[in-house]
Amino acid sequence: MSDTGLTKTSIGRKILMALSGGFLMFFLVMHVTINAISMFSPETFNTISHFMGTNMLIQIAMQPVLMLAVVFHLSMGVVLEMKNRKARTNKYAMNNGAANSSWMSRNMIVTGIMVLLFLLVHFVDFWIPEMVTKYANGDMTGLLPDGGMRYWEELHHKFANPVKVGIYVLAFVFLGLHLMHGFQSAFQSVGFRHKKYTPVIEKLGVLYAILIPLTFIVIAIFHFTTQQ
Amino acid sequence: MAEKFINVTLKIWRQKNAQDAGKMVDYPLKNVSTDSSFLEMLDVLNEELVAKGEEPVAFDHDCREGICGMCSLYINGEAHGPDRAVTTCQLHMRMFKDGETITIEPFRATAFPVIKDLIVDRDSFDRIMQKGGFVSVNTSGNTQDANALPIRKEDADNAFDAATCIGCGGCVATCKNASAMLFVSAKVAQFSLLPQGKVEAQERVKNMLHQMDVEGFGNCTNTGACEVECPKGISLDNIARFNREYMKAAVLGSE
Repeated sequence: MSDTGLTKTSIGRKILMALSGGFLMFFLVMHVTINAISMFSPETFNTISHFMGTNMLIQIAMQPVLMLAVVFHLSMGVVLEMKNRKARTNKYAMNNGAANSSWMSRNMIVTGIMVLLFLLVHFVDFWIPEMVTKYANGDMTGLLPDGGMRYWEELHHKFANPVKVGIYVLAFVFLGLHLMHGFQSAFQSVGFRHKKYTPVIEKLGVLYAILIPLTFIVIAIFHFTTQQ
Repeated sequence: MAEKFINVTLKIWRQKNAQDAGKMVDYPLKNVSTDSSFLEMLDVLNEELVAKGEEPVAFDHDCREGICGMCSLYINGEAHGPDRAVTTCQLHMRMFKDGETITIEPFRATAFPVIKDLIVDRDSFDRIMQKGGFVSVNTSGNTQDANALPIRKEDADNAFDAATCIGCGGCVATCKNASAMLFVSAKVAQFSLLPQGKVEAQERVKNMLHQMDVEGFGNCTNTGACEVECPKGISLDNIARFNREYMKAAVLGSE
């Protein structure tokens, strides 16, 4: 009998890609919702950020799961891409991919790597300073030296630099292109395909792939344009 | 449409044998009837080559009625050329313009090695079929009437649609990952939809998938290109069904 383990078969790996991608898409909804609050209420944003940043269930249980999903999704993506390249070592002299498939579906590795590069920038911007403050310096108060909460202030000042805003906006465009194929592809990979529901999922996918990155873009530009 | 005659330049992949590196060679061809099929056009070219004492271009073909799956060819960057839902023998020269340059290559995939020129070895498909693309029920002597088992009309239709796959390999040739998922999924689906095939559904999906992976086909990334280029219009529904059948076998299977 053949080995049927999820990591051992081509379909199994695709299912794991879909599940980890699905988890990341769920995370994005949460991330964008919390960030969007920063445009309306710095106080609420501070309260939620402090909760997320100091709640041990989130920090010790959820954060590693998220990390694992990110690392798994990107490393499996690279592994699959390498296997796929090996499946055709002799390239076509002429290949008209646009005749039968979308650019997004053919360039998931390109948009994926762009999002990965952005993640590195993003980690240097937010996650590493956050870890240093909380765990290296042991400052779990979430307060600035002047006594106010630090989260909104930190977010706001990160977007004072127009180059940084530009990088973020560009990265969100790549994220949108990645999601444009990824959302509906995840459903197909786990076998969820139905004459009634698949057209709805495809429309939802387009909506999701536009709405989530666009909201992130609006947030970045909002903070850039409201600098004192 | 009235018959016209066009002049074309063919850029054809020439490769002496499996070991040869191969290269693209240009062949101008004059007065090609727009009513001729693509393969008939190649026949004319070969007659000219033979008359000149040159080696004719080797290409696969058999029934020339669009039902055998033997003809292949990657024409102008698409499997079976620019027309939809046709094999290369059913592709006609009226799809091309006067003065056009037409690029003709073999189906390219590691699992489809080139034998000569435009002919590739598609035995990997046969080896996948040997792993479970059948029903092991003794049908000799006391065959039951097909209608003795009630089958839902929709299931019967879907099984039949899947069974129209002619195994040409156009899906593999088209897929950016050289994945054989459309072919294998059709061969799995045509049985898994029917009561006779359900008996061995788990073993079939595991074994055929395993062989597909062993042959070195790529992974499906749901670009949907295979469905667009398939001469028989095999649906992506089959790939989703294959994914489901695999999950059932992997999660609920005894091994």
